[in-house]
Amino acid sequence: MTAVSNPRTLDGVIDTATPRELPECQSWLNPLRDAGRDAFNGLGWPDRRNESWRFTNLDALKAINFVSAVDDAELGDEVAPGFAIPGLDDVTLVFVNGRFRKDLSDDVAALGKGVTCCTLRKAACEHRDLLEPFIGELTKDTDDVFTALSNASIEDGVFVHVRRAQHAAKPIHILSIGTETDEPIATHPRNVVVAEEGASVTVLEHYVTTSDDAVYLNNAVTEVFADEQAVVHHYLLEKESESAFNVSSLFAHLGENADVHSHTVLLGGKLVRNNVIPTLAGTKSHCLINGLYVGHGEQHLDNAMRVNHAAPDCQSRQFYKGILNGKSRGVFTGRIIVDQVAQLTDAVQSNRNMLLSDDARVNARPQLEIYADDVKCTHGCTTGAVDPENVFYFMSRGLSEDVARAMLIYAFAAEGFERMDLVPVRQLLAAEMIAKLPKAQGLSIEV
Amino acid sequence: MTTTAEVAALTEERREYKYGWTTDIEQEFAPPGLNDDTVRFISAKKDEPAWMTEWRLKALRHLEKMEPPTWQFLPYGYEQPDLQAISYYAAPKQAPKSLDEVDPALLETYEKLGISLNETKALLGITDASPADAARSREEAELAEFGAKANGDGSEIPTTVEGKPVAVDAVFDSVSVATTFQKQLAEAGVIFCSISEAIREHPELVKKYLGSVVPYADNYYACLNSAVFSDGSFVYVPKNTKCPMELSTYFRINAQNTGQFERTLIIADEGAEVSYLEGCTAPQRDENQLHAAVVELVAEKDAKIKYSTIQNWYPGDENGKGGIFNFVTKRGVCNGDRAHISWTQVETGSAITWKYPSVIMKGDDSKGEFYSVALTTLRQQADTGTKMIHIGKNTTSTIVSKGISAGHGHNTYRGLVEMRKSATDAHNFTQCDSILIGDRCGAHTFPYVDVRNTTATAEHEASTTKIAEDQLFYCTARGISEEDAMSLLVNGFCKEVFSELPMEFAVEANKLLAVSLEGSVG
Repeated sequence: MTAVSNPRTLDGVIDTATPRELPECQSWLNPLRDAGRDAFNGLGWPDRRNESWRFTNLDALKAINFVSAVDDAELGDEVAPGFAIPGLDDVTLVFVNGRFRKDLSDDVAALGKGVTCCTLRKAACEHRDLLEPFIGELTKDTDDVFTALSNASIEDGVFVHVRRAQHAAKPIHILSIGTETDEPIATHPRNVVVAEEGASVTVLEHYVTTSDDAVYLNNAVTEVFADEQAVVHHYLLEKESESAFNVSSLFAHLGENADVHSHTVLLGGKLVRNNVIPTLAGTKSHCLINGLYVGHGEQHLDNAMRVNHAAPDCQSRQFYKGILNGKSRGVFTGRIIVDQVAQLTDAVQSNRNMLLSDDARVNARPQLEIYADDVKCTHGCTTGAVDPENVFYFMSRGLSEDVARAMLIYAFAAEGFERMDLVPVRQLLAAEMIAKLPKAQGLSIEV
Repeated sequence: MTTTAEVAALTEERREYKYGWTTDIEQEFAPPGLNDDTVRFISAKKDEPAWMTEWRLKALRHLEKMEPPTWQFLPYGYEQPDLQAISYYAAPKQAPKSLDEVDPALLETYEKLGISLNETKALLGITDASPADAARSREEAELAEFGAKANGDGSEIPTTVEGKPVAVDAVFDSVSVATTFQKQLAEAGVIFCSISEAIREHPELVKKYLGSVVPYADNYYACLNSAVFSDGSFVYVPKNTKCPMELSTYFRINAQNTGQFERTLIIADEGAEVSYLEGCTAPQRDENQLHAAVVELVAEKDAKIKYSTIQNWYPGDENGKGGIFNFVTKRGVCNGDRAHISWTQVETGSAITWKYPSVIMKGDDSKGEFYSVALTTLRQQADTGTKMIHIGKNTTSTIVSKGISAGHGHNTYRGLVEMRKSATDAHNFTQCDSILIGDRCGAHTFPYVDVRNTTATAEHEASTTKIAEDQLFYCTARGISEEDAMSLLVNGFCKEVFSELPMEFAVEANKLLAVSLEGSVG
């Protein structure tokens, strides 16, 4: 890493970061990086006039001079195990400030036969034949500035490849730990998940921090390729530092009869942008997009879905819920695009929000863009408070008002947890939720 | 229910766009171009006081700093109108001093459009009333005439509603050529005249309200309108008065290379009530013409304003050539408690429509409603919807939007529901449904919901489907032709909106839809 002397805004990071000291065997990725840099410079930072960023102000992010991580951070022995998901038998890969930590990670051999799982850095050199057809395929034509930035900065992340009809024996748990550093760090992890015909795999992206004062940016992009009959379940569990920025983008490409589930839970972060962009490209493919955002303080949680129905007879389901307290703000933009060829599309989108404080705010934009006539598309969106009648019902049965309210809020959120197959994840989220709800500490709920 | 024969007949007319003809009349034009001179020219033509000219010039100054909007959803794109190529003033040469001086060619024009400026005819003694009618008093004759008219020729804009006369303000290109029933309205204390007249005769009212709902800097095309608006209607209904008849404006673009920039201002004072209808047509031309209107509604305490539009501007041809760009700003404000504003629109014309009739609910318990049917066929692009801004307590709003896409048309619903912090217990219900007929069209829904009050509730529902096969089958199995069945089902789909229209308007809306949908089956 060359010493950096000029202003180190994000633009500075990518410009001064070239030429980076990357192994020669990674140089085949340079065209993608160069195109990303050009796109980033061409797009520029979006302002409010950009419809996609209308409700999210990036001034705070732009004002920070981010640098790339240089050295491995010091981390106590007990830190990484402390972020394990209790009861979940998984293969954990630990990244600290964007740097892979082999010493803290599990052996990937436990994933079983037919599964290739390693860092992207390693995959670029040792599994180029497996990686090259996929990396950047879903992101290279982006009009999103963060995705362009990710293309420009591809360096590390996780590569998962599951061969035909093979099933990963355990969920892959990508644990990213952000720590407090002298200078704010920006990382751009890129994950590529490929499931060949009939294969299946579950991947969890888990963002945590050792300190709520830590300032950093995680700009993560995950590309998922689910071939015919493949099943990929993706979880994004975001509990970043409440001073940090997280932009997570999930791109998925679904083949015939493929099934992709995306579960997102946003709990932490100062400013979070969560993009979910699946393309249903094979007939009869199915996509579930399930999400929950829980804000308090001055958190800003922005969710942008873009579901592309590009083949006939596909089904998509979007369920997003928001709970906003304090001065937090939630944004939901869901767009379903049905191509002219995508006849018999069955698409549902639902966004429900609960406001717990008068200073909280929700902006919802459930959108449909439809070019085929034989389709069934519905969307619904509601925003309101905890129903006083329900609270009264609970209170008439002897519960205190605080407990009644907490239970109702929890029940509102829990509907989304039930769509998750991994029970330990549900239990962890239930505990995290309760910890975050006002006056709910005494509440204990069996999941 | 319109029968197939009627549809066929109407379609034949429609094929050529029924209102595609022009009137050959001596007109006076301002030279094309947008600058201080144009604005001063218009202002001078209208004999406006200095404050009005200043206001226009302020708008022009601001416009120079603005960029045209780009956020609208236009799958086919469009060519930005060249504001310097437009003539901003076109008027019949002999401006009438009173109703009886109206050029016969103009009367004929409106006759042809089905708008009989009957009061004029009655005044001139040229009614073809029977001897028995002639014996009646003039008012009675008028009433009879209006009744006959409505039942007879299937005019697009009926001049009576439910047997009662309607006062009409007819706007031809840049000027209002006639306003009927002014005297009868004046007796009730209602002022209904052209905006130019209002600026001269009622400056205190115009000064107080013009730009109070849509400021000149509001948006690009509203700003343009503020600088160059030529005419439009002005309505003032005094305290505790129910306007004795429906008011109506009929807009006609005639001249080439012009645009229409009308400005309408309707004020319902405390406890007043008024219902207002608007209709419009334009000749068939190969180039696009710009229609950039501004409508402002002010409802004081306990007042009620109902505003209905049937928009049938020339839509262009099947290749998307020609047609009107309908870029309109319509907004109402419920200033006082319990005020009520209701918009109803049936949009079938225009090559491109950008229109978002809005309600700002300032007063407590005030109410906003928006009922819309938008139909796009040919290569029409409509981006339309509403904004409901809840500020007062207990404010309620209802949005019902029905979009129908056929041919190569693209229909977009775009709406905003905003619950401000002060909007305690406010409630919104939104329903927007779309149907697609054919696989070359598009239906798009872009609602925005912004909530900042915990007690406010907002519900949004939307669905997009095609005409249900089983329902179509049910009808055809009972001997109803497929085309009629389609028309029947589309009608049912739009019923919630049509029921908000005055009766004759609803009948016309039905016919208009049937005609526009002709040929969509199969």
